[in-house]
This record gives sequence, C-alpha cells and structure tokens, in this order.
Amino acid sequence: MKVVYALVAVAALLALPLVGAQQPGLRALFGTIVPYVALALFVGGLIYRVLTWAKSPVPFRITTTCGQQKTLDWIKHDEIENPTTTAGVIGRMALEILFFRSLFRNTSAENYKGRLVYGSTKWLWLAGLAFHWCFLLVLLRHLRFFAEPVPGFVLGMQAVDGFMEIGVPAVYVTGVVLLLAVTFLFLRRVVSPGLRYISLPSDYFPLFLIGTIASTGILLRHFIRTDIVGVKELAMGLVTFQPNVPDGVHPLFFGHLFLVCVLFAYLPFSKLTHMAGVFFSPTRNLANSNRFVRHVNPWAKPAEIHSYAKYEDEFREKMIQAGIPVERETAEEKPKKKKAKADDKPKADSKAEADQAAAADRAAPADKEEK
Amino acid sequence: MAEAKFDELAHYDPEKVSQVDYRPPEKDWMDTKPDFRPGTWIYPAKEKNLEYIGFPNARAWSPADKDWKLPKNWKQIIHEGLKERLDKYRSLKIFMDNCVRCGACADKCHFYLGSGDPKNMPVLRAELLRSVYKNDFTTAGKLLGRLVGARPLTKDVIKEWFYYFYQCTECRRCSVFCPYGIDTAEVTMLGRELLNLLGLNVNWVMEPVANCTRTGNHLGIQPHGLKSTLEFFAEDIEEATGVAVDIPINKKGADILFVTPSGDFLADPGTFTCMGYMILFHAIGLNYTWSTYASDGGNFGLFTSHDKMRDLNAKIYAEAKRLGVKWILGGECGHMWRVINQYMDTMNGPADFLEVPKSPLTGTVFENARSTKMIHITEFTSDLIKHKKLKLDPSRNRGLKVTFHDSCNPARAMGILEEPRYVIRHAVDEFYEMPPNTIREQTFCCGGGAGLGTDENMEMRLRGGMPRGNAVKHVAEKHGVNRLAAMCAIDRATLPAVCEFWAPEVSVTGIHELVGNALVLEGEKEREVNLRLDPIDEQGQE
Repeated sequence: MKVVYALVAVAALLALPLVGAQQPGLRALFGTIVPYVALALFVGGLIYRVLTWAKSPVPFRITTTCGQQKTLDWIKHDEIENPTTTAGVIGRMALEILFFRSLFRNTSAENYKGRLVYGSTKWLWLAGLAFHWCFLLVLLRHLRFFAEPVPGFVLGMQAVDGFMEIGVPAVYVTGVVLLLAVTFLFLRRVVSPGLRYISLPSDYFPLFLIGTIASTGILLRHFIRTDIVGVKELAMGLVTFQPNVPDGVHPLFFGHLFLVCVLFAYLPFSKLTHMAGVFFSPTRNLANSNRFVRHVNPWAKPAEIHSYAKYEDEFREKMIQAGIPVERETAEEKPKKKKAKADDKPKADSKAEADQAAAADRAAPADKEEK
Repeated sequence: MAEAKFDELAHYDPEKVSQVDYRPPEKDWMDTKPDFRPGTWIYPAKEKNLEYIGFPNARAWSPADKDWKLPKNWKQIIHEGLKERLDKYRSLKIFMDNCVRCGACADKCHFYLGSGDPKNMPVLRAELLRSVYKNDFTTAGKLLGRLVGARPLTKDVIKEWFYYFYQCTECRRCSVFCPYGIDTAEVTMLGRELLNLLGLNVNWVMEPVANCTRTGNHLGIQPHGLKSTLEFFAEDIEEATGVAVDIPINKKGADILFVTPSGDFLADPGTFTCMGYMILFHAIGLNYTWSTYASDGGNFGLFTSHDKMRDLNAKIYAEAKRLGVKWILGGECGHMWRVINQYMDTMNGPADFLEVPKSPLTGTVFENARSTKMIHITEFTSDLIKHKKLKLDPSRNRGLKVTFHDSCNPARAMGILEEPRYVIRHAVDEFYEMPPNTIREQTFCCGGGAGLGTDENMEMRLRGGMPRGNAVKHVAEKHGVNRLAAMCAIDRATLPAVCEFWAPEVSVTGIHELVGNALVLEGEKEREVNLRLDPIDEQGQE
C-alpha cells in the first residue's frame, strides 16, 4: 500500500506537465517559473535547514570511536577511526562522505538453528555508492546545457562516461548504473520483510522519483530524441535570466524537468536532507579529544552537588567510630533544619506545581537546600 | 521444587529462547502495541527515590496497569520538553532529520537479534520518537502525517517509549554502522529524560541515583560499611597471599584518588577485581586513597538525565580537591568511562587544581588525560608492565583459557582496545579472541547495560545477551575458553547469568583479578589458592 501511495504520487506529478505543457500558456509555467521556484526552495530550504541545525549547540563531544584511542606512545593509535585532530576528523569525514565508510562495515546476521552467524554484506554499500556517485556525475554532465561553451571537464566526463560507444548517441554508463542502483534500492526495500516493515511512503517516493527522472532522461536521449537545441536554449535562458521556452521541445522533456524540480524542492524538507546533514553528525565530525582538550558547553550549569559537608554531617558519628578521618569532630551549628534524610525531604506542594516546574525548567532540581 | 519464576534464570530454556521469529507483524508498526509480559520490563521507581532527588510526578503505578496516571498536562510537558532538547542538542535535531531508514542498523542490535521484535531495530526505536517530532515540529509531518512517518502523541506512544527506551542499553553498536552516525544512545537518553518529566522511571536506575546522591555510591554503602568491606577483602588477600595490604581511606596527602564502580564492592566476581587493585597498589607502594564520599565511578545518572549525570560525577573532582591529591585513577568500569571520556571535563571541569597524571613509578606522563587528569587503570597497568615494574607470573592463572569482552562504552565512547589486551596477555598464558565482528568497536553488549540489569527484566537480558553468549560459546567450543574477562562492573554483574545460560562452561572475571593472581609480591607465601580462595591447580575445571 505504501508503495502504491508513492507510485501514484510520482505518476500524478509526471502527468501534470505532460498534460500541462500541451497548453501554450502553461509552457512558460513549467519551463521557467517552476524551475526558479524549485531552485529557490532548494537553496532557501537547505540554508534554513542548516541554520536550524546550527542554532542548536553541540554541548558534548559524543564521538563514536571505532578504533584505538590515543594513549601511551607505544600503542598504535587509529587517527582515522578515532580522530584526535581536525586533520583526523577531515580524514574520517572524507572516508564517510566519499566512500561510505560506515556502510562498508555492514554485516548481516542470521539465526542459524539458534546460533547467530554473521557475514559481510557489501550490496547496500555498493548500490548506495553507485547511486550517489552516478547521480552526482549525471548532474554535472548536465552542465553542458547550462554553459556555452561547454566546459572542458564536462566534455571530458562525457567522453569517459560514453566510453563503451554503444548506440548513437553513446549510452552513458552513469545513467544506466543510476537506474540499476535505484532499482536495487527499491527491490531490497520490498523484498526484505524487515525493511518493508520500516519503510514509509516517503522512503519509496524519492526512489520512484529519481527512477522516473533517470528513465525519462534516457528516453529523451535515446528513444524519443527531443529537440536538443531547444532544450539548450531553454536552459541557457534560465541561467542568463532571459527565460525562453522554444517550441518543438517534446512534452516528455517537461515531465523530466518538472520531476527534477520536484526533487530539488522536496529535498530540504525530507530525509534527503541528509545530503547536508551528513556533515553535521556529532558522532562523526568531532575529535575524541575530551580528555586533553576541554570542550565547552554553552548552556552548561554548575552541578547541584550533594556536598561533602552534608555527607559528613549525616555520617560523621559512624565515620569517627570506624576510624575514618573527618573534617570536623562535631556538626556545625545550624540555625535551620538539621540534616537531609530521604524521608523528610520537602515534597512539591502539588502535582500541578511540580508539573509546571518541570515543564518550565528541567527535570532535575535535585537538592534545593544546596542553593 | 517450586517452578522458577519469570525473574529467575531457570524459568527460561536456551533451546526455546534462541529460536527467534524475525517475521514482522502483519499490522503496521504504528498500529501495534508492546506486550508488557513479565520478564521484559522493569519495575517503576519508588516514590521515595524520586522525591529524594527532586524528580517530578512521583506516584505508585505499574507498566502492567492500563492507566499510568499521567499528569493532566502530560502532552504539553512532552511537547515542551522535546522542544527544549531540540534547542539544546544539535545531535537530536540531526538524528531526527537525517535517517533514511536504510536498515543497516537493524540486525546490529543485540535486542533485535535476540527478540526479533522489529521495534528493537535501532531505526524503529528512534522512529518512535521521530514520528512525534515530525508531527509536532516539521512542516512535512504536519501536512502529510503518516505518509512521512508522523503520528500524534498518544498515551500508547508514551507506553511504547517506556517499553523500548528501557530495552536499549545505549551500547552504540548501531551508531558504528550508521552511515550518518545516528546514535541511538542519544535518542534513548533524551527519550528517557522526557519520560522522567512524567514521572516514568525505573527503580533499578533511580534507586542507585538516590543512593549515590546520599552515600556516594549506587549501592548505598555507608562509609563505615565501605571500610569493613575493604577490610574483608584485605583478609582474603592475606589468606591467599600471606601479605597484609593497607587500606587508605579518605586520606589527605595521598598522591592519587582511586575511584571504581561500587559493583566491585558488592558481588563476585567484581570483588575479586577489587582485591586485584588492592594487591597492585600494595605491590608498587602507591600513595593512593579510596574515598567514601566519591565511592562510585559508575554513574547511573547517565541512564537518567544529563543533569543527574553531572551532579553525581561532580563528586569525583570535589573529593580530589578536598583531599588534595595530584590526579585521579579510575577502575574497570564501562559507562563510567563514557562519562569520564565524553562528559566529565565539559560538565565539571576544568580540573585545574590537579596535575597532569604522571606515573610515580615509570615517570610516564599521560598526555592523553592532560585536561581531565584522570586515567584508566589499564592505561596505568599496561604502562607499568611495559616498563617492567611488575613481576607477573602467568602460570598462577594456569588452567584459565581467557577471552576478552570489550565493554560497549570503553570501546565505542573511548576506544580503549589495546591496553586491556596487553594487560591480559601478560597475566595469563592462554588468551583467545572472539570472532572479529563481536569484539572491539563491533562488540556486543552484555544485555544488561544502561540500567537494565535487573532480574525482573530477565527475559530481555537473556535475549539481549544472546549475541554475546553465542560468541562466548563459539570460543568455548573452539579453544576450550573457560573465562570471560571484562573491564566493566555491569558486565561482571550481568554476564555471569548470560554465560550460565548461553555458555555454561564459562565464568566471568575482571582484568585485575587476573593481575592480582599473577602478581608476585614481596614477602608472599607460596600461592596455593587464588583470590577466590579456590585451589590454583583446579582453576578452570569447575
């Protein structure tokens, strides 16, 4: 059912421009206004997202350490998996972002007759890596539509990408791999009962969306063969802020473009925001250096400590009897109440008051007498 | 014989428990409710404990009840509590926003592997909170609801949180595998903080917190009691070795304050580890002291709230200052070292009244603790061994075939992997590693961490302990391993049950028990019994 929701959503989104772009008046909408709006949502949304994250501080260094700590100099320290310096953190993050280090570690566990057996499983890592890299390369390749003359590196990429020289124009490997990877990522979600159970419509939606974008792209290049000059005109018009929607561009192109716009606009407001979020993960982007470089929590409050003096007041006699050294032989003169015992703690006046205090402040007022 | 009850090991059968059904239920996870069967949840906190530490909404209630007697404005409390935490912890926002539900974490959780309950997949555990976050704090969630995994907060959601946030040992194994480093421990910790606001806590955590506040240790041992405990250990040491060791307590003018988890004072085999420390310090003539006021390095505050963790941890520096020591040495404990490595300096530092730790015997300066001024006992001991300051006779541990269980926190919140191995290798003749994906940063939890190690939670403990138990069984069959070494007091308290259930031929030890047995002391008698007062020649045959 969840799959169907996502599929219907993508189908509807595709139908919209296919039908709409037949209407002359709406062509400008799909060819110019929608891309600008999508771009604004993408950029604005991502900035908003990052600012929202940045607004919350990082109170503690909670690095997940995956290797030997820095310690005695004869014990080999793992600076990448357990970084202590900025360079180490950059190394760790680079491995994570460029090569999906953590996914590479993936194992699969199976319960074989009541015994757990583990195997290495690299399929998710491989498909994930292929998917993300191909997506990036395909995106960069599209720069040829947005620049005149086409930058050298884009031409170079095209040459490499089409190296198999199958068909005219040549099939791009990245496009095909992207589609295969998306298919794999979708299939594993529906085939594995556990994964199907945790998957939401919003997990299927981007897969269908990107799958459809890749398919329509391949269709437009190899099968339907839209007027490529017109497409370039349109793209150049967009980047030079002289929007222009030429006639003769195939309606499917508007479908392709519209879904790309949807993807960009959707990205910051969905789980796809991990594109930016991966840089911010405190378990990965912090050095495990707490024991030698002090980390400051901006909202820190001093501890509400049950003081030694109070402790000794309660146990002084027993300590003296046992021959344990004490600070004072007798309790200090106390004008007010005597000692703190579990039973004579003041209770909150009423539940409502306690609730309010909890909601307004924090759950640990601890020992009020201390203050 | 009376039938064993749900809180007893004998109630469970490994043959049955190990047959885990991983098929998810028919109904969507949002439409299923937890099964509060005995053995899978922990008794609520007693009112007196909550009142003593000033926590709100103390009352008599039970998870088995239909009505949990939530305060009237419970929804508002949670909403505001969540908002406050989103504003304070970037981690929470990031972890809420970034998950793509790739499922890499799913079969990494010992509770999922042992129970098959899909809500024990880390992804769904987080989703329990994420769904409410989406509903209350994101545009997509407000507009699209269930399509994007959002759902309104209901009393059933609260019940689910209680059930599953206390079926997470905050071991962080999932976080190692997550491509975004999402740390379920952080989610669980903050989730438990939210539950605290409603007066939903477990006694196994809150009583230790109340005890620790008052007496300085989780067990509630009073100063004179601690002294007689240590004296009792000294008697056993003398019986085993013929050597009388000193017991410096609250001693001003000591160079070093020694802090260890209080579990080492109470129950075997932790007690033998404690004796190991005492022997070591005697052997090297260390000018150290125990403290009765800061008599616990362990910190159940970590399983309660960031504030409680801070308040309990603060005693260590306060006591170091009062006694005028130079630096602090910490014993074998798991979560204690997470607190010391990741929180202590930030929460209660800077400890500028202390000196950078320097071993009085080797002159080694522990630069890696330059700021906290506190080092781990295996850092200290491995340095002693490296500099040949200890005379170790591993043959006294003959008969023992040892493997090492990396405790979650030292491994994944610190990375102290080689030091303990170095010490063990010098203290015993036979050491074998468990399979690579069950040790070091991929180590499996004992199943009883983060305040879950109580007997009424026995079923979940055994289920959660299954991956570890299986790995122990594997080396027991392959190499004849009969001792599982662990440098964590919770391990030493919970792994005996896990081993008895899953690998009965193996028993549990601390590292410094092995050291204490191997250490050759000046003036000792011929060692015929070990610190357990068992004949050395019969070790490993029990």
